[in-house]
Amino acid sequence: MEKFRYERPVVRKLESEMPNKFGMRTEYRPTTHIEGVAVKDLLATYGSPLFVISEKTLRNQFRKARKAFTTRYPRVQFAWSYKTNYMSAVCNVFHQEGSWAEVVSGFEFQKALGNGVQGSKIIFNGPDKTEPDLEMAIQHNALIHIDHLDELYTLTDLAERLKTRPRVAIRVNMDTGVYPIWDRFGFNYENGQAWDALNKIMHSGKLELVGLHCHIGTFMISTQAYAIAAGKLAELAIGVRRKFNHTVKYIDLGGGFTSKNTLKGAYLPGSDTNPTFDDYAEAISTALLNADFGSDQLPTLILETGRALVDEAGYLLGTVISNKRSSKGKRITIVDIGVNLMFTSFWYDHRVTPAQEFTQYSEDTTLNGPLCMNIDVIRESVSLPLLNKGDHIVVHTVGAYNMTQWMQFITLRPAVVIIDMEGKPHIIREVETLGTVNGQERVPQHLASFEL
Amino acid sequence: MRIKKNIAISESGFLFNPITGESFTVNPIGTEIIQMLSDGRSGDEISGAICDRYQVDRNTFEKDLADFLGMLDHYHISQRHEQEEA
Repeated sequence: MEKFRYERPVVRKLESEMPNKFGMRTEYRPTTHIEGVAVKDLLATYGSPLFVISEKTLRNQFRKARKAFTTRYPRVQFAWSYKTNYMSAVCNVFHQEGSWAEVVSGFEFQKALGNGVQGSKIIFNGPDKTEPDLEMAIQHNALIHIDHLDELYTLTDLAERLKTRPRVAIRVNMDTGVYPIWDRFGFNYENGQAWDALNKIMHSGKLELVGLHCHIGTFMISTQAYAIAAGKLAELAIGVRRKFNHTVKYIDLGGGFTSKNTLKGAYLPGSDTNPTFDDYAEAISTALLNADFGSDQLPTLILETGRALVDEAGYLLGTVISNKRSSKGKRITIVDIGVNLMFTSFWYDHRVTPAQEFTQYSEDTTLNGPLCMNIDVIRESVSLPLLNKGDHIVVHTVGAYNMTQWMQFITLRPAVVIIDMEGKPHIIREVETLGTVNGQERVPQHLASFEL
Repeated sequence: MRIKKNIAISESGFLFNPITGESFTVNPIGTEIIQMLSDGRSGDEISGAICDRYQVDRNTFEKDLADFLGMLDHYHISQRHEQEEA
């Protein structure tokens, strides 16, 4: 006689008198396939854990964003934010879609060049641009976004020495009505620092002012903040035209759009509450179109959004190592995905689904990673089906920041796979080996051997 | 280990403790185990019966059974034989 399918026994206390204000539905519906490829086959081929990126979602997200803005504003240019995910394959998807590159270090600048982006289509942001970095950017005719006066003076000196006129913008910070004010990037609008920098640039004549930039925050749930930022940058651009008879070619509103992730402590899932591309586009376009630009003077709108384009395309697949109980009887499930691979688990309650069918029975579970660290918590509390050792899970919406902020810590970093438009997986980053780590190390002769 | 005599058990997997007013839900395998415990069957007998009927190896089931019995104890649904005798 064929045996029945096994499910481990479970008893659950019914707590009808205590509604859970953070209650999200249990993820019974398994994610057995990603873009038509079986999760179990991906893990069998490439190992566990494994990052998987959907090229289809990358392109769909980009096209949605582009449509939202280009249907509302006549001149729009996207620049792919390298720090969000600088896997070259990911960058190149966005470059194929028409994105320029937005970089914040010499390393990222070189990566963009290596990917084939023309220097003139690289936007160089960030507070730490060394003199050699700036020289490289000038020689490639990049768009240099000045963060502070030290950089402005260095650039002016370099312009003189190299006998060229670098193309620059200033980074502007401002009060957009949200707390906290991000005032560490660039020059402040309200206290006159921004005008001070603009005056220095225009009066020196050694730099070519082409744009104005701001980066007002991250995971911005308020679209109104962008409308205020766009309005203030527009006012500066109009002021420059009036004072110096000089046209600012573009206004760059940076990044910060939300993905569909749910911030920790949020009452409702981000998929229901976070703004859409249309919401952002409506606020920004309206502010720019309402500003006092003549119809032939509208600046190009540059957007450096990263997270909102890439987060949904990323999945992290893992395997259950063990089940245990806390001292208070709560289910703890240990998986092979640690916070070293999922930095964003400190910010979000990531959606986690099983990768195989289960019944409707569930348990309130704490998902812990494999690190020997108490902070290694992927989800503090999540209702999950009855997972067993060896079962697979899928963590959703992990495409942003995790593949750049991940740490080689205790375990080695896993492989990354992209599934192409035809549903074919390609490895885009090999799993690390002991050699990856040891290859960078040097052991002095006197420490080369020992006796125990 | 036995199920406390005052615990009401339904065939569909609901348990009710009339002293505390607490209700519990149990999945079908859990219901079978509780039924076997109520019938006075030992842990070994339960393991044998479940492993005969379901696609599970003995080690896995014994680990899961220990966890399940621990939770029955945690919720004061069960009692050990010595507690009963005392």
